Amino acid sequence: MIEKLKAVSPWRRFTAQPGNVGAALRKNSQFLITLAVIALAATFMLSQGSGFAVRVIQLSAIFAILAVSLNLVIGYTGLLSLAHVGFFGIGAYSVAVLTTHPAYEQVPGHIRYFDWPFFAALPVGMLVAGVVALFVGGVLSRFRDDIFVLVTFGLAVIAHRVFLFWLPVTRGAFGIHAIEKPSIFGFVFDGKTEFMLLTLGFLALVVFVSWLVVSSSFGRVLMAIREDEGAIEVFGYKARNYKLTIWVISAMMAAVAGGLSASEQTYIDPQSFVLLESIFLVCIVILGGLASLVGSLLGALVFVLLMEGMRFIDFIPDALVGQGRLAILGILIVLLMVFRPQGLVGRYKL
Amino acid sequence: MLLELKDVAVHYGGVKALDGVSLGLDSGEIVALMGPNGAGKSTVLKAIFGLAPLDSGRVFWRQEPIDVLPHQVVSLGIAFVPQGRRVFTQLTIEENLEMGCLYLRDKAEKRRRMDEVMELFPILHEKRKDSARAMSGGEQQMLAVGRGLMAKPTALLLDEPTLGLAPKIVTEMFEKIAEINATRDTAIFVVEHNIRSVLDIAARVYVLDKGRIVHDGTPASIRETDVLTQVFLGRME
Repeated sequence: MIEKLKAVSPWRRFTAQPGNVGAALRKNSQFLITLAVIALAATFMLSQGSGFAVRVIQLSAIFAILAVSLNLVIGYTGLLSLAHVGFFGIGAYSVAVLTTHPAYEQVPGHIRYFDWPFFAALPVGMLVAGVVALFVGGVLSRFRDDIFVLVTFGLAVIAHRVFLFWLPVTRGAFGIHAIEKPSIFGFVFDGKTEFMLLTLGFLALVVFVSWLVVSSSFGRVLMAIREDEGAIEVFGYKARNYKLTIWVISAMMAAVAGGLSASEQTYIDPQSFVLLESIFLVCIVILGGLASLVGSLLGALVFVLLMEGMRFIDFIPDALVGQGRLAILGILIVLLMVFRPQGLVGRYKL
Repeated sequence: MLLELKDVAVHYGGVKALDGVSLGLDSGEIVALMGPNGAGKSTVLKAIFGLAPLDSGRVFWRQEPIDVLPHQVVSLGIAFVPQGRRVFTQLTIEENLEMGCLYLRDKAEKRRRMDEVMELFPILHEKRKDSARAMSGGEQQMLAVGRGLMAKPTALLLDEPTLGLAPKIVTEMFEKIAEINATRDTAIFVVEHNIRSVLDIAARVYVLDKGRIVHDGTPASIRETDVLTQVFLGRME
Protein backbone atom coordinates (compact mmCIF):
# COMPACT_ATOMS: atom_id res chain seq x y z
CA MET A 1 0.00 0.00 0.00
CA ILE A 2 2.75 2.38 1.04
CA GLU A 3 4.76 1.41 -2.00
CA LYS A 4 1.81 2.20 -4.14
CA LEU A 5 1.46 5.68 -2.68
CA LYS A 6 5.14 6.39 -3.17
CA ALA A 7 4.91 5.38 -6.78
CA VAL A 8 2.39 8.06 -7.55
CA SER A 9 3.97 10.40 -10.03
CA PRO A 10 3.95 14.15 -9.41
CA TRP A 11 1.73 14.52 -12.41
CA ARG A 12 -0.86 12.13 -10.94
CA ARG A 13 -0.77 13.96 -7.68
CA PHE A 14 -1.35 17.14 -9.63
CA THR A 15 -4.30 15.79 -11.55
CA ALA A 16 -5.76 14.00 -8.54
CA GLN A 17 -6.23 17.30 -6.78
CA PRO A 18 -6.82 19.92 -9.42
CA GLY A 19 -7.71 22.35 -6.68
CA ASN A 20 -4.03 22.56 -5.70
CA VAL A 21 -2.98 23.73 -9.13
CA GLY A 22 -5.69 26.32 -9.20
CA ALA A 23 -4.78 27.56 -5.74
CA ALA A 24 -1.10 27.72 -6.59
CA LEU A 25 -1.87 29.66 -9.75
CA ARG A 26 -4.16 32.05 -7.96
CA LYS A 27 -1.67 32.61 -5.17
CA ASN A 28 1.09 33.61 -7.57
CA SER A 29 -1.17 35.11 -10.21
CA GLN A 30 0.35 38.58 -9.96
CA PHE A 31 3.88 37.32 -10.41
CA LEU A 32 2.85 34.99 -13.23
CA ILE A 33 1.00 37.75 -15.03
CA THR A 34 4.01 40.04 -14.71
CA LEU A 35 6.25 37.34 -16.12
CA ALA A 36 3.85 36.48 -18.93
CA VAL A 37 3.41 40.10 -20.00
CA ILE A 38 7.13 40.76 -20.07
CA ALA A 39 7.87 37.53 -21.94
CA LEU A 40 5.18 38.20 -24.53
CA ALA A 41 6.30 41.79 -24.94
CA ALA A 42 9.94 40.80 -25.37
CA THR A 43 9.15 38.09 -27.91
CA PHE A 44 6.91 40.36 -29.92
CA MET A 45 9.34 43.26 -29.89
CA LEU A 46 12.32 41.12 -30.88
CA SER A 47 10.33 39.54 -33.70
CA GLN A 48 9.71 43.01 -35.08
CA GLY A 49 13.32 44.10 -34.96
CA SER A 50 15.35 46.26 -32.65
CA GLY A 51 14.11 49.55 -34.08
CA PHE A 52 10.59 48.63 -33.12
CA ALA A 53 11.72 47.51 -29.67
CA VAL A 54 13.47 50.82 -29.01
CA ARG A 55 10.43 52.77 -30.14
CA VAL A 56 8.09 50.72 -27.94
CA ILE A 57 10.34 50.98 -24.90
CA GLN A 58 10.79 54.73 -25.41
CA LEU A 59 7.04 55.28 -25.69
CA SER A 60 6.17 52.99 -22.84
CA ALA A 61 8.74 54.66 -20.61
CA ILE A 62 7.05 58.02 -21.23
CA PHE A 63 3.62 56.51 -20.58
CA ALA A 64 5.01 54.69 -17.54
CA ILE A 65 6.21 57.96 -15.99
CA LEU A 66 2.74 59.39 -16.57
CA ALA A 67 0.97 56.28 -15.29
CA VAL A 68 3.11 55.90 -12.18
CA SER A 69 2.62 59.54 -11.26
CA LEU A 70 -1.09 59.37 -11.98
CA ASN A 71 -1.37 56.20 -9.92
CA LEU A 72 -0.14 58.15 -6.89
CA VAL A 73 -3.23 60.33 -7.27
CA ILE A 74 -5.82 57.83 -8.52
CA GLY A 75 -4.66 54.55 -7.04
CA TYR A 76 -3.14 55.54 -3.74
CA THR A 77 -5.15 58.62 -2.82
CA GLY A 78 -8.40 57.80 -4.60
CA LEU A 79 -8.73 61.01 -6.59
CA LEU A 80 -9.85 60.19 -10.12
CA SER A 81 -8.18 62.90 -12.17
CA LEU A 82 -8.51 63.55 -15.88
CA ALA A 83 -6.32 66.65 -15.71
CA HIS A 84 -3.01 64.83 -15.93
CA VAL A 85 -2.60 65.56 -19.62
CA GLY A 86 -2.56 69.26 -18.74
CA PHE A 87 0.59 68.86 -16.64
CA PHE A 88 2.10 66.63 -19.29
CA GLY A 89 1.46 69.46 -21.75
CA ILE A 90 2.86 72.12 -19.44
CA GLY A 91 6.10 70.18 -19.17
CA ALA A 92 6.26 69.66 -22.92
CA TYR A 93 5.53 73.28 -23.78
CA SER A 94 7.92 74.62 -21.16
CA VAL A 95 10.77 72.61 -22.60
CA ALA A 96 9.74 73.41 -26.16
CA VAL A 97 9.45 77.15 -25.61
CA LEU A 98 12.59 77.45 -23.52
CA THR A 99 14.88 75.42 -25.77
CA THR A 100 13.92 76.50 -29.30
CA HIS A 101 16.57 78.24 -31.26
CA PRO A 102 15.87 80.94 -33.88
CA ALA A 103 18.26 79.34 -36.37
CA TYR A 104 15.96 76.36 -36.83
CA GLU A 105 12.83 78.45 -37.01
CA GLN A 106 10.67 78.10 -40.09
CA VAL A 107 8.45 81.12 -39.41
CA PRO A 108 10.70 83.41 -37.38
CA GLY A 109 9.51 86.18 -35.16
CA HIS A 110 6.33 84.62 -33.84
CA ILE A 111 7.55 83.59 -30.44
CA ARG A 112 10.31 84.59 -28.07
CA TYR A 113 13.47 82.53 -28.15
CA PHE A 114 15.25 81.48 -25.02
CA ASP A 115 17.63 78.89 -26.41
CA TRP A 116 18.15 77.21 -23.06
CA PRO A 117 19.72 73.79 -22.70
CA PHE A 118 17.29 70.94 -22.10
CA PHE A 119 18.49 70.19 -18.59
CA ALA A 120 17.86 73.79 -17.55
CA ALA A 121 14.44 73.90 -19.18
CA LEU A 122 13.17 70.66 -17.65
CA PRO A 123 13.33 71.80 -13.99
CA VAL A 124 11.61 75.04 -14.98
CA GLY A 125 8.89 72.98 -16.66
CA MET A 126 8.48 70.95 -13.48
CA LEU A 127 8.31 74.11 -11.43
CA VAL A 128 5.68 75.67 -13.69
CA ALA A 129 3.62 72.47 -13.54
CA GLY A 130 4.01 72.38 -9.76
CA VAL A 131 2.87 75.98 -9.33
CA VAL A 132 -0.09 75.50 -11.65
CA ALA A 133 -0.97 72.27 -9.80
CA LEU A 134 -0.83 74.06 -6.45
CA PHE A 135 -3.19 76.76 -7.69
CA VAL A 136 -5.53 74.34 -9.44
CA GLY A 137 -5.40 71.93 -6.49
CA GLY A 138 -6.57 74.69 -4.17
CA VAL A 139 -9.69 74.98 -6.28
CA LEU A 140 -10.08 71.21 -6.60
CA SER A 141 -9.89 70.61 -2.86
CA ARG A 142 -13.40 72.05 -2.60
CA PHE A 143 -14.79 69.11 -4.54
CA ARG A 144 -15.14 65.40 -3.98
CA ASP A 145 -16.05 62.28 -5.89
CA ASP A 146 -17.94 62.74 -9.14
CA ILE A 147 -17.87 66.52 -9.04
CA PHE A 148 -14.09 66.30 -8.61
CA VAL A 149 -13.86 64.18 -11.77
CA LEU A 150 -15.98 66.66 -13.70
CA VAL A 151 -13.81 69.57 -12.59
CA THR A 152 -10.62 67.79 -13.65
CA PHE A 153 -12.34 67.07 -16.96
CA GLY A 154 -12.88 70.80 -17.31
CA LEU A 155 -9.25 71.50 -16.47
CA ALA A 156 -8.03 69.15 -19.19
CA VAL A 157 -10.19 70.97 -21.72
CA ILE A 158 -8.97 74.36 -20.50
CA ALA A 159 -5.33 73.22 -20.78
CA HIS A 160 -5.86 72.13 -24.37
CA ARG A 161 -7.50 75.44 -25.22
CA VAL A 162 -4.64 77.38 -23.66
CA PHE A 163 -2.11 75.43 -25.72
CA LEU A 164 -4.23 76.04 -28.82
CA PHE A 165 -4.93 79.75 -28.42
CA TRP A 166 -2.10 81.28 -26.42
CA LEU A 167 -0.42 82.09 -29.70
CA PRO A 168 2.47 84.32 -28.51
CA VAL A 169 3.79 81.45 -26.39
CA THR A 170 2.60 78.19 -27.90
CA ARG A 171 2.03 79.26 -31.50
CA GLY A 172 -1.29 77.43 -31.42
CA ALA A 173 -2.12 74.77 -33.94
CA PHE A 174 1.11 75.43 -35.85
CA GLY A 175 3.03 73.86 -33.01
CA ILE A 176 6.67 74.29 -32.06
CA HIS A 177 9.34 72.73 -34.27
CA ALA A 178 12.97 71.78 -33.95
CA ILE A 179 12.98 71.26 -30.21
CA GLU A 180 16.49 70.67 -28.99
CA LYS A 181 17.83 67.28 -27.93
CA PRO A 182 19.23 67.09 -24.42
CA SER A 183 22.98 67.39 -24.10
CA ILE A 184 25.23 67.19 -21.09
CA PHE A 185 28.99 67.88 -20.98
CA GLY A 186 29.10 67.85 -24.77
CA PHE A 187 27.29 64.52 -25.07
CA VAL A 188 24.11 64.84 -27.08
CA PHE A 189 21.27 62.35 -26.68
CA ASP A 190 20.38 62.42 -30.35
CA GLY A 191 20.18 58.72 -31.17
CA LYS A 192 17.02 56.74 -30.56
CA THR A 193 18.77 54.31 -28.24
CA GLU A 194 20.53 57.02 -26.25
CA PHE A 195 17.27 58.85 -25.77
CA MET A 196 15.57 55.65 -24.71
CA LEU A 197 18.23 55.14 -22.05
CA LEU A 198 17.80 58.72 -20.85
CA THR A 199 14.04 58.22 -20.59
CA LEU A 200 14.51 54.95 -18.75
CA GLY A 201 16.82 56.78 -16.35
CA PHE A 202 14.15 59.36 -15.61
CA LEU A 203 11.58 56.58 -15.28
CA ALA A 204 13.77 54.86 -12.70
CA LEU A 205 14.04 58.12 -10.80
CA VAL A 206 10.28 58.66 -10.87
CA VAL A 207 9.59 55.10 -9.76
CA PHE A 208 12.14 55.43 -6.97
CA VAL A 209 10.61 58.68 -5.68
CA SER A 210 7.12 57.18 -5.96
CA TRP A 211 8.25 54.12 -4.07
CA LEU A 212 9.68 56.33 -1.32
CA VAL A 213 6.38 58.19 -1.16
CA VAL A 214 4.10 55.16 -1.00
CA SER A 215 6.18 53.16 1.44
CA SER A 216 6.48 56.03 3.89
CA SER A 217 3.99 56.93 6.58
CA PHE A 218 2.94 59.75 4.27
CA GLY A 219 1.90 57.11 1.74
CA ARG A 220 -0.11 55.24 4.33
CA VAL A 221 -2.02 58.42 5.15
CA LEU A 222 -2.82 58.74 1.45
CA MET A 223 -4.21 55.20 1.42
CA ALA A 224 -6.22 55.96 4.53
CA ILE A 225 -7.61 59.03 2.78
CA ARG A 226 -8.69 56.87 -0.13
CA GLU A 227 -10.51 54.60 2.25
CA ASP A 228 -12.14 57.01 4.67
CA GLU A 229 -11.39 60.68 4.40
CA GLY A 230 -13.81 61.54 7.18
CA ALA A 231 -12.21 59.21 9.71
CA ILE A 232 -8.71 60.47 9.08
CA GLU A 233 -9.44 64.02 10.23
CA VAL A 234 -10.30 63.02 13.78
CA PHE A 235 -6.82 61.57 14.15
CA GLY A 236 -5.35 64.94 13.42
CA TYR A 237 -4.58 64.68 9.74
CA LYS A 238 -5.51 67.58 7.50
CA ALA A 239 -6.52 65.53 4.49
CA ARG A 240 -6.53 68.58 2.25
CA ASN A 241 -2.81 69.21 2.72
CA TYR A 242 -1.92 65.60 2.02
CA LYS A 243 -4.02 65.55 -1.13
CA LEU A 244 -2.53 68.82 -2.30
CA THR A 245 1.04 67.60 -1.72
CA ILE A 246 0.64 64.40 -3.71
CA TRP A 247 -1.22 66.29 -6.42
CA VAL A 248 1.71 68.67 -6.87
CA ILE A 249 4.31 65.86 -6.79
CA SER A 250 2.35 63.94 -9.39
CA ALA A 251 1.99 66.99 -11.64
CA MET A 252 5.74 67.63 -11.52
CA MET A 253 6.45 64.03 -12.55
CA ALA A 254 4.02 64.39 -15.45
CA ALA A 255 5.94 67.50 -16.53
CA VAL A 256 9.13 65.42 -16.71
CA ALA A 257 7.38 63.04 -19.10
CA GLY A 258 6.17 66.04 -21.11
CA GLY A 259 9.64 67.53 -21.44
CA LEU A 260 11.16 64.22 -22.50
CA SER A 261 8.39 63.57 -24.97
CA ALA A 262 8.72 67.02 -26.57
CA SER A 263 12.46 66.68 -26.94
CA GLU A 264 12.24 63.16 -28.29
CA GLN A 265 9.70 64.05 -30.96
CA THR A 266 11.33 67.46 -31.61
CA TYR A 267 7.88 68.76 -32.45
CA ILE A 268 4.73 69.37 -30.43
CA ASP A 269 1.30 70.73 -31.15
CA PRO A 270 -1.86 70.93 -29.04
CA GLN A 271 -3.30 67.77 -30.59
CA SER A 272 -0.95 65.69 -28.43
CA PHE A 273 -2.56 67.06 -25.29
CA VAL A 274 -6.26 66.37 -25.74
CA LEU A 275 -8.59 64.88 -23.16
CA LEU A 276 -8.39 61.46 -24.82
CA GLU A 277 -4.78 61.16 -23.66
CA SER A 278 -5.92 61.61 -20.07
CA ILE A 279 -8.52 58.92 -20.54
CA PHE A 280 -5.83 56.62 -21.93
CA LEU A 281 -3.73 57.31 -18.86
CA VAL A 282 -6.60 56.49 -16.52
CA CYS A 283 -7.11 53.28 -18.51
CA ILE A 284 -3.42 52.38 -18.17
CA VAL A 285 -3.55 52.93 -14.41
CA ILE A 286 -6.67 50.80 -14.00
CA LEU A 287 -5.46 48.21 -16.52
CA GLY A 288 -2.20 47.79 -14.66
CA GLY A 289 -3.71 47.88 -11.22
CA LEU A 290 -4.62 50.63 -8.80
CA ALA A 291 -2.10 51.37 -6.09
CA SER A 292 0.56 49.22 -7.73
CA LEU A 293 3.70 50.78 -9.18
CA VAL A 294 4.62 47.57 -11.02
CA GLY A 295 1.08 47.55 -12.37
CA SER A 296 1.51 50.98 -13.90
CA LEU A 297 4.77 49.94 -15.56
CA LEU A 298 3.11 46.83 -16.99
CA GLY A 299 0.00 48.75 -17.96
CA ALA A 300 2.05 51.26 -19.93
CA LEU A 301 3.96 48.49 -21.70
CA VAL A 302 0.80 46.58 -22.60
CA PHE A 303 -0.94 49.74 -23.78
CA VAL A 304 1.90 50.86 -26.02
CA LEU A 305 2.36 47.35 -27.40
CA LEU A 306 -1.32 47.14 -28.26
CA MET A 307 -1.32 50.58 -29.87
CA GLU A 308 1.88 50.01 -31.84
CA GLY A 309 1.42 46.31 -32.45
CA MET A 310 -1.97 46.71 -34.02
CA ARG A 311 -0.35 48.50 -36.93
CA PHE A 312 0.73 45.05 -38.07
CA ILE A 313 -2.71 43.50 -38.12
CA ASP A 314 -3.41 42.71 -41.75
CA PHE A 315 -7.12 42.28 -41.87
CA ILE A 316 -7.89 45.90 -40.98
CA PRO A 317 -7.91 48.09 -44.11
CA ASP A 318 -5.20 50.73 -44.01
CA ALA A 319 -7.66 53.57 -43.91
CA LEU A 320 -9.24 52.17 -40.76
CA VAL A 321 -6.14 51.18 -38.83
CA GLY A 322 -6.03 54.38 -36.82
CA GLN A 323 -9.67 54.18 -35.78
CA GLY A 324 -9.79 50.40 -35.68
CA ARG A 325 -7.11 50.02 -33.08
CA LEU A 326 -8.86 52.41 -30.75
CA ALA A 327 -12.01 50.34 -31.07
CA ILE A 328 -10.12 47.12 -30.40
CA LEU A 329 -8.38 48.74 -27.46
CA GLY A 330 -11.75 49.76 -26.08
CA ILE A 331 -13.08 46.22 -26.40
CA LEU A 332 -9.99 44.80 -24.72
CA ILE A 333 -10.35 47.21 -21.80
CA VAL A 334 -14.01 46.28 -21.39
CA LEU A 335 -13.11 42.58 -21.38
CA LEU A 336 -10.33 43.10 -18.88
CA MET A 337 -12.63 45.00 -16.55
CA VAL A 338 -15.21 42.24 -16.76
CA PHE A 339 -12.79 39.41 -16.01
CA ARG A 340 -10.16 41.14 -13.92
CA PRO A 341 -11.57 44.32 -12.39
CA GLN A 342 -8.54 44.80 -10.14
CA GLY A 343 -6.26 45.17 -13.18
CA LEU A 344 -3.30 43.03 -14.17
CA VAL A 345 -1.49 43.05 -10.83
CA GLY A 346 -3.61 45.36 -8.68
CA ARG A 347 -5.38 44.52 -5.47
CA TYR A 348 -8.15 47.08 -5.38
CA LYS A 349 -11.08 48.10 -7.46
CA LEU A 350 -11.89 51.72 -8.07
CA MET B 1 -14.21 69.69 34.55
CA LEU B 2 -11.85 68.29 31.95
CA LEU B 3 -14.24 68.59 29.03
CA GLU B 4 -17.35 70.64 29.17
CA LEU B 5 -20.16 71.65 26.86
CA LYS B 6 -21.97 74.81 27.94
CA ASP B 7 -25.39 75.53 26.54
CA VAL B 8 -24.55 74.17 23.08
CA ALA B 9 -27.11 74.48 20.30
CA VAL B 10 -26.70 73.02 16.81
CA HIS B 11 -29.12 72.81 13.95
CA TYR B 12 -28.92 71.13 10.58
CA GLY B 13 -31.03 73.05 8.09
CA GLY B 14 -34.31 73.68 9.86
CA VAL B 15 -33.90 70.76 12.26
CA LYS B 16 -32.67 71.38 15.78
CA ALA B 17 -30.15 68.69 16.68
CA LEU B 18 -28.99 70.09 20.01
CA ASP B 19 -30.95 72.60 22.02
CA GLY B 20 -28.98 74.08 24.89
CA VAL B 21 -26.99 71.02 25.94
CA SER B 22 -24.64 71.33 28.89
CA LEU B 23 -22.62 68.38 30.06
CA GLY B 24 -19.20 67.60 31.43
CA LEU B 25 -16.53 64.96 31.79
CA ASP B 26 -14.18 64.98 34.76
CA SER B 27 -10.70 63.58 34.57
CA GLY B 28 -10.54 59.86 35.15
CA GLU B 29 -14.26 59.14 35.11
CA ILE B 30 -16.52 57.21 32.77
CA VAL B 31 -19.54 59.14 31.61
CA ALA B 32 -22.23 57.64 29.44
CA LEU B 33 -24.54 59.44 27.08
CA MET B 34 -27.74 57.63 26.21
CA GLY B 35 -30.80 58.40 24.22
CA PRO B 36 -32.94 57.10 21.37
CA ASN B 37 -32.06 57.39 17.71
CA GLY B 38 -32.01 60.96 16.54
CA ALA B 39 -31.62 62.38 20.03
CA GLY B 40 -28.40 64.15 19.02
CA LYS B 41 -25.79 61.89 20.63
CA SER B 42 -23.45 61.86 17.68
CA THR B 43 -23.88 65.60 17.27
CA VAL B 44 -22.52 66.07 20.80
CA LEU B 45 -19.31 64.32 19.76
CA LYS B 46 -19.18 66.23 16.50
CA ALA B 47 -19.58 69.48 18.41
CA ILE B 48 -16.58 68.62 20.58
CA PHE B 49 -14.49 68.09 17.47
CA GLY B 50 -15.77 71.23 15.80
CA LEU B 51 -17.35 69.16 13.07
CA ALA B 52 -20.83 70.52 13.75
CA PRO B 53 -21.45 74.28 13.47
CA LEU B 54 -22.45 75.69 16.86
CA ASP B 55 -25.34 78.17 16.90
CA SER B 56 -24.59 79.13 20.46
CA GLY B 57 -22.67 77.90 23.47
CA ARG B 58 -19.09 76.72 23.62
CA VAL B 59 -17.00 73.65 24.25
CA PHE B 60 -14.34 73.91 26.94
CA TRP B 61 -11.22 71.81 27.47
CA ARG B 62 -9.56 72.33 30.84
CA GLN B 63 -11.63 75.50 31.30
CA GLU B 64 -10.38 76.95 28.00
CA PRO B 65 -12.68 77.22 24.99
CA ILE B 66 -11.60 74.93 22.15
CA ASP B 67 -10.79 77.16 19.24
CA VAL B 68 -8.63 74.95 17.06
CA LEU B 69 -9.47 73.29 13.76
CA PRO B 70 -11.08 69.84 13.88
CA HIS B 71 -7.86 68.04 12.94
CA GLN B 72 -5.97 69.72 15.79
CA VAL B 73 -8.33 68.60 18.53
CA VAL B 74 -6.53 65.28 18.92
CA SER B 75 -3.33 67.10 19.87
CA LEU B 76 -5.14 68.53 22.91
CA GLY B 77 -5.43 65.00 24.26
CA ILE B 78 -8.88 64.03 23.01
CA ALA B 79 -9.15 60.86 20.97
CA PHE B 80 -12.22 59.78 19.06
CA VAL B 81 -13.36 56.28 18.17
CA PRO B 82 -15.97 56.81 15.49
CA GLN B 83 -19.20 54.90 15.11
CA GLY B 84 -19.07 51.88 12.83
CA ARG B 85 -15.36 51.30 13.61
CA ARG B 86 -14.09 52.83 10.37
CA VAL B 87 -10.77 51.04 10.46
CA PHE B 88 -8.66 51.21 7.30
CA THR B 89 -9.26 47.76 5.84
CA GLN B 90 -6.49 48.05 3.28
CA LEU B 91 -3.80 48.75 5.85
CA THR B 92 -2.35 46.22 8.27
CA ILE B 93 -3.20 46.31 11.94
CA GLU B 94 0.14 47.84 12.84
CA GLU B 95 -0.32 50.51 10.19
CA ASN B 96 -3.83 51.19 11.45
CA LEU B 97 -2.49 51.72 14.95
CA GLU B 98 0.20 54.01 13.60
CA MET B 99 -2.45 56.25 12.08
CA GLY B 100 -3.57 57.06 15.60
CA CYS B 101 -0.40 58.89 16.64
CA LEU B 102 0.48 61.35 13.91
CA TYR B 103 2.18 63.84 16.18
CA LEU B 104 4.61 61.31 17.54
CA ARG B 105 8.07 61.45 15.96
CA ASP B 106 9.74 59.32 18.66
CA LYS B 107 9.89 55.78 17.27
CA ALA B 108 10.68 54.10 20.58
CA GLU B 109 7.68 55.77 22.19
CA LYS B 110 5.51 54.71 19.27
CA ARG B 111 6.69 51.11 19.72
CA ARG B 112 6.01 51.32 23.46
CA ARG B 113 2.47 52.57 22.95
CA MET B 114 1.83 49.92 20.35
CA ASP B 115 3.01 47.23 22.76
CA GLU B 116 0.72 48.62 25.46
CA VAL B 117 -2.26 48.54 23.14
CA MET B 118 -1.41 45.02 22.01
CA GLU B 119 -1.09 43.92 25.58
CA LEU B 120 -4.57 45.25 26.23
CA PHE B 121 -5.94 43.57 23.09
CA PRO B 122 -3.81 40.45 22.53
CA ILE B 123 -5.67 39.63 19.32
CA LEU B 124 -4.11 42.72 17.71
CA HIS B 125 -0.66 41.35 18.44
CA GLU B 126 -1.56 37.97 17.04
CA LYS B 127 -2.72 39.45 13.74
CA ARG B 128 -0.48 42.50 13.63
CA LYS B 129 0.78 41.90 10.07
CA ASP B 130 -2.65 41.04 8.65
CA SER B 131 -4.81 43.50 6.84
CA ALA B 132 -7.67 44.81 8.92
CA ARG B 133 -10.09 43.49 6.32
CA ALA B 134 -9.47 39.96 7.59
CA MET B 135 -10.77 40.77 11.08
CA SER B 136 -14.16 40.10 12.57
CA GLY B 137 -16.41 42.96 13.66
CA GLY B 138 -15.40 42.62 17.29
CA GLU B 139 -11.70 42.58 16.44
CA GLN B 140 -12.13 45.62 14.23
CA GLN B 141 -13.81 47.42 17.11
CA MET B 142 -10.86 46.58 19.35
CA LEU B 143 -8.54 47.88 16.66
CA ALA B 144 -10.56 51.09 16.48
CA VAL B 145 -10.32 51.58 20.24
CA GLY B 146 -6.62 50.69 20.17
CA ARG B 147 -6.05 53.20 17.39
CA GLY B 148 -7.68 55.86 19.56
CA LEU B 149 -5.45 54.93 22.50
CA MET B 150 -2.30 55.36 20.40
CA ALA B 151 -2.67 59.12 20.86
CA LYS B 152 -2.38 58.50 24.63
CA PRO B 153 -5.44 60.62 25.21
CA THR B 154 -6.55 62.23 28.44
CA ALA B 155 -10.10 61.82 27.24
CA LEU B 156 -11.37 59.06 24.99
CA LEU B 157 -14.65 59.53 23.15
CA LEU B 158 -16.38 56.33 22.09
CA ASP B 159 -19.31 56.46 19.70
CA GLU B 160 -21.40 53.28 20.09
CA PRO B 161 -18.47 50.91 20.64
CA THR B 162 -20.64 47.80 20.82
CA LEU B 163 -22.91 48.44 17.87
CA GLY B 164 -23.59 45.21 16.01
CA LEU B 165 -21.36 43.01 18.18
CA ALA B 166 -22.21 39.61 19.63
CA PRO B 167 -23.31 39.65 23.29
CA LYS B 168 -20.16 37.91 24.46
CA ILE B 169 -17.96 40.47 22.72
CA VAL B 170 -20.10 43.27 24.15
CA THR B 171 -19.32 42.10 27.66
CA GLU B 172 -15.63 41.86 26.82
CA MET B 173 -15.67 45.31 25.29
CA PHE B 174 -17.14 46.85 28.44
CA GLU B 175 -14.56 45.08 30.56
CA LYS B 176 -11.84 46.56 28.38
CA ILE B 177 -13.35 50.03 28.62
CA ALA B 178 -13.40 49.76 32.41
CA GLU B 179 -9.82 48.45 32.34
CA ILE B 180 -8.59 51.33 30.16
CA ASN B 181 -10.21 53.76 32.56
CA ALA B 182 -8.75 52.10 35.64
CA THR B 183 -5.21 51.36 34.49
CA ARG B 184 -4.49 54.31 32.23
CA ASP B 185 -6.47 56.92 34.12
CA THR B 186 -8.20 57.91 30.90
CA ALA B 187 -11.47 59.79 31.13
CA ILE B 188 -14.01 58.06 28.91
CA PHE B 189 -17.09 59.55 27.35
CA VAL B 190 -19.17 56.83 25.82
CA VAL B 191 -22.28 57.07 23.67
CA GLU B 192 -24.07 53.79 24.11
CA HIS B 193 -27.27 51.97 23.34
CA ASN B 194 -26.50 49.01 25.53
CA ILE B 195 -28.18 50.35 28.64
CA ARG B 196 -27.62 47.64 31.21
CA SER B 197 -23.94 47.09 30.51
CA VAL B 198 -23.07 50.76 30.37
CA LEU B 199 -24.84 51.47 33.66
CA ASP B 200 -22.50 48.95 35.27
CA ILE B 201 -19.32 50.82 34.42
CA ALA B 202 -20.35 54.49 34.19
CA ALA B 203 -19.89 56.93 37.05
CA ARG B 204 -22.47 59.32 35.67
CA VAL B 205 -25.08 59.15 32.96
CA TYR B 206 -26.69 61.78 30.76
CA VAL B 207 -29.92 60.99 28.98
CA LEU B 208 -30.51 62.96 25.81
CA ASP B 209 -33.85 63.26 24.08
CA LYS B 210 -34.78 65.46 21.13
CA GLY B 211 -31.65 67.54 21.58
CA ARG B 212 -32.12 68.23 25.29
CA ILE B 213 -30.64 66.66 28.40
CA VAL B 214 -33.63 65.15 30.19
CA HIS B 215 -31.78 63.48 33.01
CA ASP B 216 -28.33 63.41 34.52
CA GLY B 217 -27.12 61.53 37.53
CA THR B 218 -25.56 58.34 38.78
CA PRO B 219 -26.55 54.97 37.32
CA ALA B 220 -28.41 54.30 40.55
CA SER B 221 -30.54 57.40 40.10
CA ILE B 222 -31.35 56.30 36.58
CA ARG B 223 -32.39 52.88 37.75
CA GLU B 224 -34.75 54.43 40.30
CA THR B 225 -36.65 56.52 37.77
CA ASP B 226 -38.47 55.46 34.67
CA VAL B 227 -36.77 58.07 32.53
CA LEU B 228 -35.27 55.47 30.21
CA THR B 229 -38.60 53.77 29.65
CA GLN B 230 -40.12 57.14 28.90
CA VAL B 231 -37.40 58.20 26.54
CA PHE B 232 -36.97 54.93 24.69
CA LEU B 233 -40.53 53.68 24.67
CA GLY B 234 -42.44 56.94 24.57
CA ARG B 235 -44.11 58.93 27.31
CA MET B 236 -47.20 57.54 28.95
CA GLU B 237 -49.67 60.36 29.26
